[in-house]
Amino acid sequence: MDDTEKYGQAYEAKHVHEVYEEIADHFSGTRYKPWPIVERFLQSLPDGSVGLDIGCGNGKYLLVNRDVFIIASDRSSNLVRIAAKHAPHAALVADTLSLPHRAGTFDFAISIAMIHHLSTTERRVEAIAGILELLMAQNGKALIYVWALEQRDSRRGWDKGEAQDVLVPWVLKDQKGKQSKGKDRKENNNDVNENDLEEKVYQRYYHLFREGELEDNIVAAGGTVLESGYEKDNWWAIAAPANHD
Amino acid sequence: MKILTLNFLTCARKTCKSSPAAFPLHPRDAELEIVETEFNALFIQNILPRVEWDALKGLCTELGLTNVPPEAPEPKELFDTSIKSAGIDEKEKEPTQLTRDLHNLLLETTIQSGKLVCGNCGHEYAIKEGIANFLLPSHMV
Ligand SMILES: [Zn+2]
Repeated sequence: MDDTEKYGQAYEAKHVHEVYEEIADHFSGTRYKPWPIVERFLQSLPDGSVGLDIGCGNGKYLLVNRDVFIIASDRSSNLVRIAAKHAPHAALVADTLSLPHRAGTFDFAISIAMIHHLSTTERRVEAIAGILELLMAQNGKALIYVWALEQRDSRRGWDKGEAQDVLVPWVLKDQKGKQSKGKDRKENNNDVNENDLEEKVYQRYYHLFREGELEDNIVAAGGTVLESGYEKDNWWAIAAPANHD
Repeated sequence: MKILTLNFLTCARKTCKSSPAAFPLHPRDAELEIVETEFNALFIQNILPRVEWDALKGLCTELGLTNVPPEAPEPKELFDTSIKSAGIDEKEKEPTQLTRDLHNLLLETTIQSGKLVCGNCGHEYAIKEGIANFLLPSHMV
């Protein structure tokens, strides 16, 4: 492991893994509505398909199709505990870059809002290559979904030309039991009332993808892009191993 | 952790992944529990061709489970083919006891706690409260 790799890992441990572990319950309370593209992808699978949900979070996509079998994984054991409740699927704790599965065995994979938490291009490409490797060479396919830089109309208002590596605060209001509420905000630490002991701010790292970057990463990972597009502040692509039919 | 899940797992270490000895992982000190879940006979029928039967039999022997058929069941064994149910819709066919037993074995029999051991490198992955943890210490990645 070289130094950049080590640094990337340590950085993600602080700004991604620890944060999700802390905010798991609040995060889960706000993440229940599946994105249409993901829903369509999962519902289009033949019954009995076997696949992976990599970076499953609370497992909201495990509710979409009960006629396929999904092995979901996430680094946060607090989130996996929630995800594990969705039959007939399975959930386990694993690292995206060291998944406990055999190459060439799965019909499909989804990786929703996960790759953008990896802090270097090398690690993002490595993650995509790792996912493609687990798919069946002939007809396996993966849906990858990441946050877009181009989201002028969102409340965060980022757009083309701006910095792509950002920290996004998650404000956790709690402790004394009243108005327990977690939410995303673009404002940074300074806007939080220092005297308000009931607020805790966690900084989550994101790499915002520019147009075409996800497709470039898939090709760099040795894959083929079958379909791609933009959906509500996110870029998505359906990728396959290069020797796909 | 369901028995079915073990069919799709191997060691998380890169050096083990392509080794035949790393599949399946071997349960050790396993505490089993039956967790009831909705019965879906077509799910069992569809998933069956994906199950590596010899690996499953080995795992079950290690776990002390004895109700595993010696060969992978044929699709025709999963539904009642008597005159009564002939000619009716696929979805209304009556599943056999074998299908119910497979549902019980693959989806309802779970490892609540214990370890999964890699047959190639010997690394042990813990299962706690039904959830397996495959995070590796950084020197093993
Ligand atoms: Zn191993």
